[in-house]
Amino acid sequence: MGVIETLGSWFDERLKVGAALRETAEHPVPRETASWFYVFGSAALTVFLLQIVTGILLALIYVPSAGEAWNSLQILNHTVPLGWFIRALHGWGSNFMVAIVLIHMVQVFLFGAYKFPRELTWIIGVFLLLVTLGMAFTGQVLRFDQDAYWGLGIGASIASRVPVVGPALVNLMLGGPIIAAATLSRFFALHVFVIPGLLIAFVGIHLLLVLKLGINEWPMPGRIVRKATYVREYQELAHKRGMAFVPYAVWKDVFFSGFILLAIVACAVYFGPFGPGGQPDPTIIQTAPRPDFFFLWIYAVLSYLPPAAETPIILIAPIIVIVVLLGLPFVAGEGEKSWKRRPIAVLTILVIAVALGVLTHLGEHTPWSPVMNAWSSVPIPAKDLQGRTALERRGALVFQGKQCRNCHSLGDAGGKRGPALDNVALRLTEDQLIRQVIQGGGNMPAYGKNLSPAETTALVAFLKTLHPARQAPARDASRRVALGTGGQESTSTQP
Amino acid sequence: MSVPAGRPRPDDEKVPVPKETGMTRRAMLFKLGLLFNGLVAAVLAAPVVRFLLGPAIRERKSGYESWLSLGPLEQFPPGQTRLATFRNPVVNSLDGETADIPCWVRNVDGHSFQVFAINCAHLGCPVRWFPQSNLFMCPCHGGAYYQDGSLAAGPPERGLFQYSYKVEDGKLFIKAGEMPTPGRAANTVTGESRWV
Repeated sequence: MGVIETLGSWFDERLKVGAALRETAEHPVPRETASWFYVFGSAALTVFLLQIVTGILLALIYVPSAGEAWNSLQILNHTVPLGWFIRALHGWGSNFMVAIVLIHMVQVFLFGAYKFPRELTWIIGVFLLLVTLGMAFTGQVLRFDQDAYWGLGIGASIASRVPVVGPALVNLMLGGPIIAAATLSRFFALHVFVIPGLLIAFVGIHLLLVLKLGINEWPMPGRIVRKATYVREYQELAHKRGMAFVPYAVWKDVFFSGFILLAIVACAVYFGPFGPGGQPDPTIIQTAPRPDFFFLWIYAVLSYLPPAAETPIILIAPIIVIVVLLGLPFVAGEGEKSWKRRPIAVLTILVIAVALGVLTHLGEHTPWSPVMNAWSSVPIPAKDLQGRTALERRGALVFQGKQCRNCHSLGDAGGKRGPALDNVALRLTEDQLIRQVIQGGGNMPAYGKNLSPAETTALVAFLKTLHPARQAPARDASRRVALGTGGQESTSTQP
Repeated sequence: MSVPAGRPRPDDEKVPVPKETGMTRRAMLFKLGLLFNGLVAAVLAAPVVRFLLGPAIRERKSGYESWLSLGPLEQFPPGQTRLATFRNPVVNSLDGETADIPCWVRNVDGHSFQVFAINCAHLGCPVRWFPQSNLFMCPCHGGAYYQDGSLAAGPPERGLFQYSYKVEDGKLFIKAGEMPTPGRAANTVTGESRWV
C-alpha cells in the first residue's frame, strides 16, 4: 500500500467521509447531461473560488480608509511586485463571474430546469444572481476613485427617493451625512464579510439541491413535466440509462473551468487592472462618472426615463423583476421543458438580450450627455466656413463660444444630446431658428438672456448656411404673401 | 443521500430518546434555557440595533448641519459664479479629501447671493458652470440649469439645491454638512424645508 493510500485510510477511519464523498462523486446522471451546455454552473463556482483567493491577496495590501484606499491601490499597481496582476485577476474575474452567472441563468431557463421539483434551486439561483451583482457593485466602490465616489452619490440619490424613510436610508447607506470614511468602511464590510457569507451559504444550498434532486435532464420536445410522474421518470433516466457524474460528465466541467481561468489570466495580462481612475476628491469636478460595464444599462435607463415617471419606476421596477423571477417556477412549474416548444421563453430571452445590449451600448457612448469640452476643442468643419460672410463666421464663433457644440454636432463631432445641425437650415426657417435659440424648448435651454441681439443675428445667419449645397434651405412661404415682395427672406449666401 | 452499505459504524448506533408524554424535567430545563438565551439575545439586540441605526438617528436628534464660512466676500465678485470649497463640519481624521466639499457661489448683484450644491438634482453628479453660456451642465445624464439654478433641460425634476447663507463680518457663511439628495429636499421628519 502506498503512502497516500495509508494516509488516506488513516484519515478516513477518523473522518468517515470517504464513502459518502465517493458516492456523491459517482452519483448517476442522465446520459445527455454530459454536455458542453451544462458547464456554466461549475465554471461560475470556479471563478468564485478565484475571487476568494485573489480577494484575500488584495486584502493583504488594501487599506479600506477613505483617505488611504486610493493610495493603497496605486501601491498595489506600481510598487508591490505583481500587485497589478492580482488586481487585474480580481477585476476580470468579477466581469467573468457576472457574465457566466448570466449565461448559466439563460441556459437553465431555456432548458426548463426551474420546473418541478427544482423550484427552490431556481429561487436560490436568483438570490445568487442578486448577491453576485451586489459583489460587483460593492467591489466597484472599493476601487475608491472618482467613479466610485460619484457612483455612491447616484446610489444615495436613488435611495433618498424612497418615500418617508429615504433620508434615513441615505444616512444608513453612507454611514453619515456625506460620502466619507464610514461609507467606504461599510462597503468594505459588505464586500468582504456580509455578501461573501451569503454567497457561500447560497452556493452550498444550491449545490446540495442539485445533488439531492439530480441535474436537470436534457429537455426533449414532448416530454412533459408532471408532478405525479416526474420523479419516477427522472429515476428511469438517471439510474437505468444514466452514468456516473465522475468521470463521465465531469471532464467537460473541468476543461471548461480551465479554459475560463486561462481566459481570465489572458485578459488580466493583456488588459491589466481596472483603474483606479482619478482621486476620490470631490473638489475635482472635471469628471464624467461612469459605472462599470454590467451597470451601464442602468445608467442608460436613468437618463431616458421621463422625469415624472423616474422615481416610481426606479423604486418599483426592481421589485417587480425580482418577484417575476422568484414566481416563475410557481407559474410554470409543469409542462414542456424544451426551448423548441417554448417560443415565448425564447422570445423573452431575445428581447431582454437585445434591450440590455442596446442600453449597454448607449451607456458606453452616453449620447445624452453634453460633451463638456467640445466647444473649446472640436473645430468647425472647414466647408461650413469657406466662402461665408463676416456675419456668418461671427455666428460660427458664437456657436462655439456659447457652447452650442457641447450638445449639437457638426460633421459628426460634438455632443449628441441635441440633434446634429449639419442640415438644420433644411428643417427650420429663419423665424423658427430665432425662436428656438431665444426660447429653447424640446429639452433645449432658452438662450434669450445669454445672447445679445447682435449675437443672435450672427448665430442664426450661420445656422441658415447649414444645408447641402444643392438643396435650398427651408423658407416660410407665407412670408411673401403677407409682406409682399419686399418681405422676401434674405437668401443664403450658399455658392 | 442514503447511508452507504458496509460495516456498521459507531455513529450509526442511536441513543434511545425516551418517548414520554407530558414534559419531563430535562425537556423543561432545555426550554427554559432557550428562553433565557432569547432574553439575553433581546438585551444584546438593543445596543446592536442602536449602533447600526446610529447614522440615521443622529440626524433626527441634533442634525448634521452647521454654519460655516466660505471665506471673505471679495472672493466672490458681483455678477460672477465661482467654485468654493469647505471642509464638512462632521469630519474625522479618516475622511481624507472626501470631506472637502465644493459648491457654486453666485454673487447676484453684490448684495444677494445664491450658493448651489455641486450635486445635480437628478442623481448627484457634479455640475459644471459655463460662464460663456451662463449654464450649469451635468456630465452624467445631461441635466442643465440656468445661472439662477432653475432647471433648463434634462432629466432633473427641479432646480439645483441651494444652501441657506448669511453674511457676517464680511464673510459668506452657509449652512451645510449633509449631501443634498432629491429625497432630502424637504425634511420628512420635521416637515421643514431644509434645501431651498
